[in-house]
Amino acid sequence: MTAEDLFKNPNQKLRARELSYLAAFFRVEAWNILYERGTGHWGGAASAMELTTSLYFNRMNIRSEDPSWEDRDRFILSKGHASINLYTVLAYRGFFSPEILPSFRTLGATLQGHPSMITTPGVDLSTGALGHGLSVGLGMALAARHLKKSYWTYVLTGEGCLNEGSSWEALMCAAKYRPERFVLLIDYNKVQLDGYEEDIMPLEPLRDKLVSFGWNVPEQSFDGNNTGDILKSFVWLDNEDKWPKAIIYKTTKGMGVSFTENDNHWHGAKIDDESFKKGLLELGSDLSRREIWL
Amino acid sequence: MSIAMRDAYGKHLAKLGGEYPELVVLDADVSSSTRSNIFGKEFPDRFYNVGVAEANLVDIANGLAICGLKPVVNTFAIFLVLKAADQIRNVSAYNSLPVVFVGSYGGLSDSYDGASHQAIEDIAIMRSISRMQVIVPSDARQAELALDYALKQDGPVYIRICRNEVAELPEPESFDGNAIQVREGNDITIAANGITVGFALEAASELKKEGIEAEVFSVPFVKPMKFDVLEKSIRKTKRLLTVEEHVLDGGFASAICEKLMLSGLMPDFDSIHLTDFAESGPYDELLKKYGISAENIASRARALFMKGAHR
Repeated sequence: MTAEDLFKNPNQKLRARELSYLAAFFRVEAWNILYERGTGHWGGAASAMELTTSLYFNRMNIRSEDPSWEDRDRFILSKGHASINLYTVLAYRGFFSPEILPSFRTLGATLQGHPSMITTPGVDLSTGALGHGLSVGLGMALAARHLKKSYWTYVLTGEGCLNEGSSWEALMCAAKYRPERFVLLIDYNKVQLDGYEEDIMPLEPLRDKLVSFGWNVPEQSFDGNNTGDILKSFVWLDNEDKWPKAIIYKTTKGMGVSFTENDNHWHGAKIDDESFKKGLLELGSDLSRREIWL
Repeated sequence: MSIAMRDAYGKHLAKLGGEYPELVVLDADVSSSTRSNIFGKEFPDRFYNVGVAEANLVDIANGLAICGLKPVVNTFAIFLVLKAADQIRNVSAYNSLPVVFVGSYGGLSDSYDGASHQAIEDIAIMRSISRMQVIVPSDARQAELALDYALKQDGPVYIRICRNEVAELPEPESFDGNAIQVREGNDITIAANGITVGFALEAASELKKEGIEAEVFSVPFVKPMKFDVLEKSIRKTKRLLTVEEHVLDGGFASAICEKLMLSGLMPDFDSIHLTDFAESGPYDELLKKYGISAENIASRARALFMKGAHR
């Protein structure tokens, strides 16, 4: 498959190398838009790009032409500040035209600073204030049980969401009701707004905590910036019986631009002219490299 | 005295469970107090007791609502509006979700438990949230009507429920946002919010002995508040006394004053409201100590009447 083929049919189920290329392409888009707008969050958007790309282009049962289809799988970007990530993925998945991406965060735009389900097709939950995804996702998963539907509910959090007490209320509660097809994905880049997770609010031993709260969590770790690894984690999801399930993905904040990686400054910093040019060169060469693999 | 408001509410909720298959009920470990347990016993598959976790309580309801169900959230009013304010504001209200919030033990009605459990700011908090409706029923029947109304709305509604028995009022002709007249008079308008209307009626009987005819209204809808019925009365009496089981800031009197200003009305005005945290004690005595009594309403109404009469 050529790069061009990838964009012709957004409904095709892509393989690891294709997903990898697409994620790199989305990073370039996000970098460009954040630079043009001078506002938005790069670090967390970049770290989760392979994850969202893999969900939307390999796994989720959705209809971009019918965004409110009742039987669709749900995705909650609980770390709503990574909105540019979700918008880019939704646009190229066919929910709206990529041409409107540059309107991000401008007055009157459908693409609000943080995801809004009332303005943007394909957004399953308005987020922004951290810590809502797990509880609302639990409600959606319980609704599936009531309505005898078989859709999946995926909740993507970062460390920030897991700092919130309400997330732990939801973690307890999910283990009480154990709804099927309810999945927590953790973008574990270990950097939050103010610094390293271990300095701000240590989450370790995270897996042990989740397991002790009654969750099914794989023992092996997965690389959340490697689409091959992500697809392996999806196999784990399909082969396990016990619900609810959580997967911890090791990721790199600011992935793809060397000087933004693992640096909390780039959580939400404005991209200056010089940084933009340097970053674009790196992202471009990464894209070319991944294109060769296609 | 009739049935306690929370009992009437709980029974009605269970009855509506039979009418609305999509109705789901949530509680935070106080279902035997809020009476949502009546529904829970009848419809265990549609009842969630999530433990003492109000934030999670509300966001689960939000998730259920997004997927097409009709959630009714129950817990003590003060814990609901304070502990789940983010979930109510950022998810229920922003997304206009049809979630019904039932704040039980409203006002001072959790009298013996004291200040920590008494809700005297809930109306202000909920009223300030865009897209939220706020209803404070005056008696058991109005609590049922409020629930009927709330379940027909497309967005979130807050209903404040009193723990106890309160005076029974005549069946209202309509329950649609307007004030409900419960006594006719020409001398002063008394607009009573929630359970205070019983005391206002008692006060009116006392005032009548002195030749003062008070026109008394139960005003359950704080938001949205249709003002035409009250406005007509105020134009007639030129005097208005408001009564509420809530602090002044952002509460019922505050909402009424906004309407007065916008209508260009300048009646002689006074407000009976709570002025500080209260304390433990029997409900009636507590209300009386903090100004919500027939005697105080009569006294303040009399003063307002005399003020106008001297002009």
